[in-house]
Amino acid sequence: MSGVAYTRFELLRTVRNRRFFILSLGFPVVLYFLIAAPNRNEQDIGGTGISAPLYFMVGLIAFGTMSAILSCGARIATERQAGWNRQLRITPLSPRAYFRAKVLTGYLMAGLTIVVLYLCGASLGVSLPAGRWLEMTGLILVGLVPFAALGIAAGHVLTADSVGPAMGGGVGLLAFLGGTWFPITSGVLHDIAQALPSYWLVQASHVALGGKAWGVTGWLVMGAWTVVLAALALLAYQRDTKRV
Amino acid sequence: MDAGIRLTGLTKTFRGPHGPVHAVRGIDVAIARGETVALLGPNGAGKSTTIDMLLGLLAPDEGSATVFGATPHESIAAGAVGAMLQTGSLLRDLSVRELLAMMASLYDDPLDVDRVLELTGIAEVAEQRTQKLSGGQTQRVRFAVALVSDPELLVLDEPTVAMDVEGRHAFWSSMRELASRGKTILFATHYLEEADANADRAVLMAHGRVVADGPTTEIKGMVGGRTIRATLPAVALADLEALPGVTAAERHGEAVVLACSDSDAAIRALLVRQPAARDIEISGAGLEQAFLQLTSAPDEVAA
Repeated sequence: MSGVAYTRFELLRTVRNRRFFILSLGFPVVLYFLIAAPNRNEQDIGGTGISAPLYFMVGLIAFGTMSAILSCGARIATERQAGWNRQLRITPLSPRAYFRAKVLTGYLMAGLTIVVLYLCGASLGVSLPAGRWLEMTGLILVGLVPFAALGIAAGHVLTADSVGPAMGGGVGLLAFLGGTWFPITSGVLHDIAQALPSYWLVQASHVALGGKAWGVTGWLVMGAWTVVLAALALLAYQRDTKRV
Repeated sequence: MDAGIRLTGLTKTFRGPHGPVHAVRGIDVAIARGETVALLGPNGAGKSTTIDMLLGLLAPDEGSATVFGATPHESIAAGAVGAMLQTGSLLRDLSVRELLAMMASLYDDPLDVDRVLELTGIAEVAEQRTQKLSGGQTQRVRFAVALVSDPELLVLDEPTVAMDVEGRHAFWSSMRELASRGKTILFATHYLEEADANADRAVLMAHGRVVADGPTTEIKGMVGGRTIRATLPAVALADLEALPGVTAAERHGEAVVLACSDSDAAIRALLVRQPAARDIEISGAGLEQAFLQLTSAPDEVAA
């Protein structure tokens, strides 16, 4: 009862849902070329010291992976609507295995998004030593943990009807304040942004300069969001046994 | 104490827009291992709420539910319970076979998927995606999902809703096979003939209470007798009530309905004294009648 087979079927379902799959991957790619291609020769975007193709590559990865991982969790809302969630409660599937399947599905989509956007970035001249690629990837994957928890919590709290707008709006706002579309480097917005996990996700691009991308603040913010959102997700799961 | 199913003083009240809704008002039911029991009642009787509490999906306000001597959660974690809930569709983007394999993977000792497909009569749609199935096929797959763990207790909440006649026959025959293998089965239904034909025992619920609990034959006996129905205009009801074996007479237009304590005596006398009677039907007091009689008085506990 390890839940391995269960997770495998969850992954299979996700890949089979073609609309979900293509839109999740395609959207960030299109946006990337729209934003980064016209600025491909800009070597210092908004005073960050980072080239435009690299900055927007990580920005769009943040947007794409955030969106992918949140919507994997949010699909729970649809399954609840169908009564499937209650059906699962009368099986020995543990909450841990259930969450793991959802999180891994989200990470599969996120991983593909990262690979695809790295290729797009490379096509616009982004070039880094192998170690930097790996470090950046690691930071992005870690930075997605709070979003995975947020997606699951949202899936259990929202209805199938409201989850779409909530996710669209939420991702848009988080991505904007995180500096996905253009860097936010000063002012009130910057203060707010620094408290958000999406900001630090985009900051992973600083790895390319050899600097510490997150520093103490970044790790603290990420850690705090992870703890709070994971607790929220668990609570939402436990409360959610009613007929919808 | 035998380790069957035990519902003790189970109570649940919901907050409704017009004040509290007493969905279940303290019910006590014990089901022995291997028994097949029908939970009968009209909509709103509290059947689904009772089942939700039995399955640990809903915490009772008072009382408790135990399954094989353990809490519902413990029995479920041990893989002893399979259930088909009242509402629900299937997880999409998987074939029927894949969905069953997915569910089977959650148990230590599940049934073989092919065996379940065959048992529930869905082998021919095994490779189809779940979202392409008809309503009746979906119900059968949901039944298969409940069965795949080879559970000791099978709980079915109105299982034949949305099934066609053929589907129902197939469904009940596979149910009876399971019962013959010693499984404990509890099913909720408002199809009285289903309870009559498929259960050892019926628990009648109305307004959140158990109003009768016993073998289906015994429940019929509680209303007793048979009824004679005949077309017989222009005869005084008093004359009919005076017939031997007749306890009450009612007129519905040209037809009369005689409630009988001894329908054999009544029919003989009727044919002799009222030769004009035609279109005569004699019927057993079905569970339907027992049901109406027992559930129409909300505040009297008949059993």
